[in-house]
Amino acid sequence: MPYLWGNKIIVMLAFLLTLGALLGVVIVLAYAERKVAAFMQDRMGPTEAGPQGSLQVMADVLKLLQKEDIIPAAADKKLFKLAPILIFAAVFAGFAVIPFAPSLVPAGIGIGVFYLLAVVSLDVVGLLMAGWGSNNKYAMLGAMRSVAQIVSYEIPAGLAILSAVMVCQSLDFQEISYQQGALMNQFPGMEYDMNWLFGIRELGINTTTIGGITTWNIFRAPILLVSFVIYFIASLAESNRAPFDIPEAESELVAGFHVEYSGFRFAVLFLAEYSMMVLVCLVAVILFLGSWNTPLPNIGPVALAYWTSGTVGELSGILWGIFWLLSKTFILLFLQLQLRWTYPRLRADQLMHLCWKVLTPVALAVVLVAGIWRMLMI
Amino acid sequence: MKKDTTGFWYVVKSLLSGLRLTWSHFRKANKRRTPEYVSDANYFKQDDGLVTLKYPYEAIPVPDNGRYRLHNEIDDCIVCDLCAKICPVNCITIDSVKATEDIGTTSDGTKKRLYAPTFDIDMAKCCYCGLCTTVCPTDCLTMTPVYDFSEVDIKNMVYHFTDLSPEQAEEKKQLFAKQQEEMAAAKAAALAARKKG
Repeated sequence: MPYLWGNKIIVMLAFLLTLGALLGVVIVLAYAERKVAAFMQDRMGPTEAGPQGSLQVMADVLKLLQKEDIIPAAADKKLFKLAPILIFAAVFAGFAVIPFAPSLVPAGIGIGVFYLLAVVSLDVVGLLMAGWGSNNKYAMLGAMRSVAQIVSYEIPAGLAILSAVMVCQSLDFQEISYQQGALMNQFPGMEYDMNWLFGIRELGINTTTIGGITTWNIFRAPILLVSFVIYFIASLAESNRAPFDIPEAESELVAGFHVEYSGFRFAVLFLAEYSMMVLVCLVAVILFLGSWNTPLPNIGPVALAYWTSGTVGELSGILWGIFWLLSKTFILLFLQLQLRWTYPRLRADQLMHLCWKVLTPVALAVVLVAGIWRMLMI
Repeated sequence: MKKDTTGFWYVVKSLLSGLRLTWSHFRKANKRRTPEYVSDANYFKQDDGLVTLKYPYEAIPVPDNGRYRLHNEIDDCIVCDLCAKICPVNCITIDSVKATEDIGTTSDGTKKRLYAPTFDIDMAKCCYCGLCTTVCPTDCLTMTPVYDFSEVDIKNMVYHFTDLSPEQAEEKKQLFAKQQEEMAAAKAAALAARKKG
């Protein structure tokens, strides 16, 4: 059985690497959140711990880990203890299908998109467990609001993703990624596929070897630009970010569903929240903004796309892939932070109005148009 | 004509202008306000940049006539007790002992005749009215620009300005008592001599 054991070790290694990378990104993000917020409000943010306050997040985490683990006497102890683990596990499981580079994906399953949508929805169960288990009316109300919001916004988000899936004709994140760049023909099964400018074959401009930004999904089928906007708005609501942060409006409520949590359990919930932000941005980048592909196109003899992509399967390919994927993700994360400090919070009825009367109909129309567009592409 | 404030494109435009505003503040975050006094020409001209003052490391200068912590230059003090008398909250406690010998003059030439075994100001009681500094005849009691002097123990809010140790103070008292005794004895002797004569 040496083969199986080797396999398990690789799986464990991938798990630990992804977890470590995620922790790193979350720490950077939490620090960036405070600094960006401060700068946008003409403040300085953390300055004391470490150079420019860069160790502030570490200090906060250490503080949380040292705190007493309080479980309210009236709480449903089993649910209360299990909820943070479930919430984080649901979000973290989503990272399993994210392709980080042309040859680097923890689990390259064929139905990755479907799996991701399904497993991230488990998050909702965890929220309800946390809210109900706390046996606190505010936590319960917060949880119900969170769940109502997340379940509602999964519909426009799902439809927006569906339009991308229809254009790409695949549920495999890695296949979708390959389609959006000059390396497309190196993916097994797509050796003879071609990309046309704006996805319209009649224009006769073949962009298969041009790659770069011209083959990103938002250019390959410009209707996906609309889906991208819909998905991005819905993803803000799904990760309970401003301007859709009614469930845990810091300036008005105490905390929402996690009001009774402290110490390590709170740290896990916090981690899950930021991981969710990273995950939705990664998905947006992979489905709409060219995944790990370079934005630079090949222009005649100046093969910028090839120069900045490395070789598939080698270290250069992995490093370029991770670099482009993370750069785009961080741009979207920055946008999330900026939105938070720009827009006022929506009222509960405005939130539902936006979801059901605006985003959902538009997303349905976009699905229809994306289907027609797909016919132009072949 | 009334501006059209409805419709899709108006909303998109207003959303973008919001993002532009936060972005412009973010971009100017490399600039910082400098800590200057209000009379400085630059004071009202710093429209952008971070406004935070890193207080313990930097501070805005206080006005010259501001009233903050008291200081007594004991070498210039003639222990006249005027400050203690005018103080509306009785925060100044002074004991005095008459000097037996010449103890010099203050920097403005006033002759000093008294020692001050106790010259205490309780800054926790002080109301910062500044009356004591106006009555001080030698200008030895002044207000400094120091305002950040909080203490953990309130006893440390009492400032001792005397330059005599308790032993020295006791010695001066003894000397004065002895001189008084000698003078009394001399007086008695002189009286007795006059009666005889």
